[in-house]
Parts: sequence; C-alpha cells; structure tokens
Amino acid sequence: MKNQTVILRTQSIGKYFYDPIRFKVLDDVSFEAYAGEFLTLVGKSGCGKSTLLYCLSTMDTAYEGELFIEGQKVTGKKTDELAAIRSRAIGFVFQFHYLLPEFSCLKNVMIPALKLGKYSHREVEERAYQKLDMLGLKDQALKPASKLSGGQQQRVSIARALINDPKIILCDEPTGNLDSKNAQNVFDIFKQLCSEMGQTIIAVTHDNDFAKNSDRTIELADGKILNTKTYLLD
Amino acid sequence: MRSNINVEIALTHIFTRKRQTLVAALGVTMGIAMYIFSNSLMKGFGKYSRTEIFKVTPHLRIYKDDEISKPLIEAKSPRQVVIIHNPKITTLSRTIINPYALLAEVKKQDYISSAAPQVNVDVFYQNGKTQLKGVANGVNMVEADAMFNIQGTMVAGSLNALSNSLSSVVVGSRIANKLNLGLDDNLTIVSSAGVVKVMKIVGIFSTKNKATDESKVYLHIAAAQQLVKAGPTYITDIYANIKNPDEALAYSQLLQPITSYKVEDWKTTYADILAGDLIRQIMSTSVSMAILLVAAFGIYNILNMTISQKLDDIAILKATGFAGRDIIRIFVLEALIMGIIGTALGLILGAICIQILSGVYVGGPADYFPIYFDPGVFITSTVFGLLITIGAGYLPARRAARIDPVAIFRK
Repeated sequence: MKNQTVILRTQSIGKYFYDPIRFKVLDDVSFEAYAGEFLTLVGKSGCGKSTLLYCLSTMDTAYEGELFIEGQKVTGKKTDELAAIRSRAIGFVFQFHYLLPEFSCLKNVMIPALKLGKYSHREVEERAYQKLDMLGLKDQALKPASKLSGGQQQRVSIARALINDPKIILCDEPTGNLDSKNAQNVFDIFKQLCSEMGQTIIAVTHDNDFAKNSDRTIELADGKILNTKTYLLD
Repeated sequence: MRSNINVEIALTHIFTRKRQTLVAALGVTMGIAMYIFSNSLMKGFGKYSRTEIFKVTPHLRIYKDDEISKPLIEAKSPRQVVIIHNPKITTLSRTIINPYALLAEVKKQDYISSAAPQVNVDVFYQNGKTQLKGVANGVNMVEADAMFNIQGTMVAGSLNALSNSLSSVVVGSRIANKLNLGLDDNLTIVSSAGVVKVMKIVGIFSTKNKATDESKVYLHIAAAQQLVKAGPTYITDIYANIKNPDEALAYSQLLQPITSYKVEDWKTTYADILAGDLIRQIMSTSVSMAILLVAAFGIYNILNMTISQKLDDIAILKATGFAGRDIIRIFVLEALIMGIIGTALGLILGAICIQILSGVYVGGPADYFPIYFDPGVFITSTVFGLLITIGAGYLPARRAARIDPVAIFRK
C-alpha cells in the first residue's frame, strides 16, 4: 500500500431488518479503507454486503455504530447534509446504469457536477467530455443515454460517478450485467483510478476474479467480517 | 448554477411529455376560462342591476320615518307593565324640520360627493276618466340630473324647461302611453292633499324599469310643495351620493349622528336584490372552483404517474447529491409550468368568451349581454390557477422527495 491515509472508517456497524421478522443483518462491522485502495466486499447472497455498502453510502441511515468519512463523523447528520456529502465526496456505480433516459450521455455525466455547483457550466461540460474521453465514449457524448449498448451505458455511469472527483467510489456489482470483455474493461478503469487518481473504490462483487485482482477483499458471512485478504500485487 | 439544473430537469420532463402536459394544462384552461366567464358575467349583472338601481335611488337617503306613539311614563324595567291605549303612528307631517341647515351640514361631510333636497308627493295622474297612481318628485333638475343621469334616459323633449317653470313636468314613458299623452299635452295631477294642478309635459323619460316608468314624474320642487299646500321649507327627503357606493352602510352610520331623521343606505333598501346577487355569485364561484379543482386533480394525477415511472431517476438524483427540497422543486416546477400554460390559455379563452358574448343582443331592458372585462377577475383567476397547480404539484413532489433510494437500488 502506497498510502495509509484512512478515508473511510466504520465503528461496530450493526443493522436490523424488521420485515418479515427482526433479523440482525449486520453485526459489529468495523474496518478502515485507505486512500487509493481498491477494496472489494464479497460473501454469499444475503450475507449483508450490499446492506453494508448502502450504510457506507450515507443513503441508509438506520444503523447502529458510527461511520466516518474523511475523518468526519457522518452518523446522525441531517439528510440534506448527507446529500451534500454524497455530492462532493462519493460516486456511485450500480449493477444497472440508472441513466436518465431523456438526457444525452454528456448531460447525464454533467448533472451531478451542475448540482455540486463548484464549476461553471462550461467547465463542467469540458470535464464531462474529459471523463467520457477517458472511458472511450467521447464520440457517443451527444447521443441519448437510451441509445447506447449495455457496456457503453455502464461506462457512462462510471463517468457520471467520477465527474466530481470523489474521494470514494462505491460500486454494487459494477460488472454484474457485463460480458467478460466489458467487465475486464471496467476493472481496468477502476484499477487505473486507484493508482493514478488516488481514489478509493469499495465494490460489492460476486465475481471472484474481480475480487482477487483488487487490493484487499473483506469477506462477510451472516453480517460479520469473516476474514480479510490482502493481495500482494506488483 | 445550482437552481438551473433543477429547472433544466423539470423542463426536459415537460418537453418529453408534451401531450400529457398539454392535457393537464387544458384542464386548467377550462377551469380558468369558466371562472373568468362566470365571474365576469356576475360582475356584469351586478353592474347592470346597480346602474338600474342608481337611476332612481341615491346611495343614502335621509327622511322622516314613521313614529309610533309612546306611553307618557316609560317602562323602567322589561317586567313593568305600562298601559297605553291604542298605539298609533303619530307622523303628522312628512317634512324634515329646518331641512336646508341639515342639507348644508350633510354637504359639509367630505365623503359626500353630492346631496339634494327632494319633495315626494303621492299623486294621481288623470286624463279624462283614466287615472294612474304615482309619486311626483319635486326636484332641483340640475342636481337631480347630476345624481341620476335623467338626461340619459330621456326619449323626448328636454329637462331644461323644468328649471324655471312651475307648470312643466317630465313624465315616465308608460304614463304617457297609458294616458295617451305626448309632448306639450296637459297632464292633470291630483295630490293626496286635494290640490289639482294641470301641467304641461315637456319631456318623457324611459328607465326601462316598468314600475318607475309608470309611476314617476319630475317637476319643480316648488310645484311639488304647492301640491301639498306647503311652503319652501317643506322637504321630505335629502338624497346624498358618496364616492364608493359599496361603503354606503358604513357612511350611513357615520351620517346618522348628525340628524335625528332616518338615514338609510341603498343596500338596506335593496337587500333582496343584493341577496340574490350574492347567492348567484356564490353559486358561480363554487362551480368554477370545482372545475379548477378537477383540473388540479388532473395535474396531481399526471405528476403522480410521472413520479411512479421515474422512481429510478429520482433515486439516482438523490444518490448523486440532490436533496429532498431539490426533488420537490423539480416536480412543483413541472406542475407550475403546466399551470402557467393552462392559465395563460384560460385567460385568452375567457377573454374570447367575453368578447363574443358582450356582442350578443339579448333585447329587453339590458339590450346586450351584460358582461364586461374586469381586470380584477383576470388577476384573481391567475392567482387561483397558479396556487391550485402549485398545491396539486406539491403533494406528489413531497412523496417523490421521501422516496428511499436504497429501496430502489436494492430491488
């Protein structure tokens, strides 16, 4: 690990599901994620890895324990403050692309940046082109998002996650819907982001190859951390 | 920049659903047009009936009311029995005592725009064997004309002769017809005091109000005083107009302490007509409100549908940093755009309706359909239209703002 700055930390996170019965889905989960780290969360279906990811995302606030992002405690903040934190510091990539169908690819990428309001409209457009270029989609920029292939759409959604240069990128099965060629493509992009941009990626995955090639894997079972594997690369 | 993106998203939603937007907007259009139409009609009716009323009635009238005889010893408590034989109306004379001092006092009040003395006498009009009952109005013609615009109702002759002739009279058109009299013919007037005067008809007026036209004549105030064998201080009524007739009741109460005589405002005199107007107004307003409400439901429905179809979009917007209030702004703005389009079309449609109907001849005393442009109606309907659409947009928008993105992403 090149850099040991803690970017995200959890302190005994626990969470219950109440439907159909009270059930402890996360139990005493504590870990740290470092700047520039490519972290994967693995485990069997229902082990709580997605639930954990959504707790980390600040969108799910009904949990026990504490969450720190960039050293700042985010547990207990108001929803509007959390929205501002997401806008600035967190990017999302889901299994499904969730692009807005009425907008062009470029606009889809621009929207989170326009919301953040840090740059002028022209700068945002420039940055969006840059991100799309990086993902090899510059020539598709002005097409409606619904007209692209699945792999292209997923890459547009990655560009959207990157537009505000977030410190953390959270991914839920980012390659789940992609064929192996596209999946490899996405993986390479992630790898590049960690090493070159110093961004932290926390990805939930079922794909063992994907997990094995990351920096570190946390395996969950029955809501608890079963073990942590660090892969020595390079 | 921050608010712009919300506007941009709202506009994109609107533009990609032109048809639905138009349907929702047309609902508002119908509501607004109906509101404008019915309220303009009510205003038109109100204005028309007022014009009719003010042709013969002043805003305020001061007269001697009937008095009933009082016991010599008044009751000290409600339980005390006071004996009085055969109580009677004790009005001996209809005259106001010292009327010109009172008139001067009334004219001094700054809210009074004009005031004039009147002598009203119950009379019979005769021509040969035919006899009609009526009221002769002794007036100063210049003042009365200023108050009631008698000149505007004249169909023959002129008012000028009345100013200096005690034997001239201006009669209602139906009196002239029934008695078969024309200009320069003689009319015999018999008063309740038994005085008979033969007067020359110098003018005929028609207010198109049957009761007025078949009972009223104007004559010189001194001629009317002669009819009751009284002198120049015999004045039965003081008529006064104020600047805003709607405040007549308040000003009648303000004027009452000045005099011991009865001050009556026109709204009290015409309470029945005004009550009818009010009921019509309430009915038409509630009907147009109901239509607007239905239009609001249209907008509510379409937004609800949009939101149900766009759960994914809302979830990703929330994930990428849009706060609840941004989501509310986006959807309320969409409702508002539909409302603005609908209201604008409604204003145009309402104006066209008014324009067409105001040219429709209905005959009778009204001549043309009594409808007219009232800017107030257009302003209130715009405000109502926009408020209702904002309300209709806010409810689904709030629902959208409360959507839990995690539930969407995990499904």
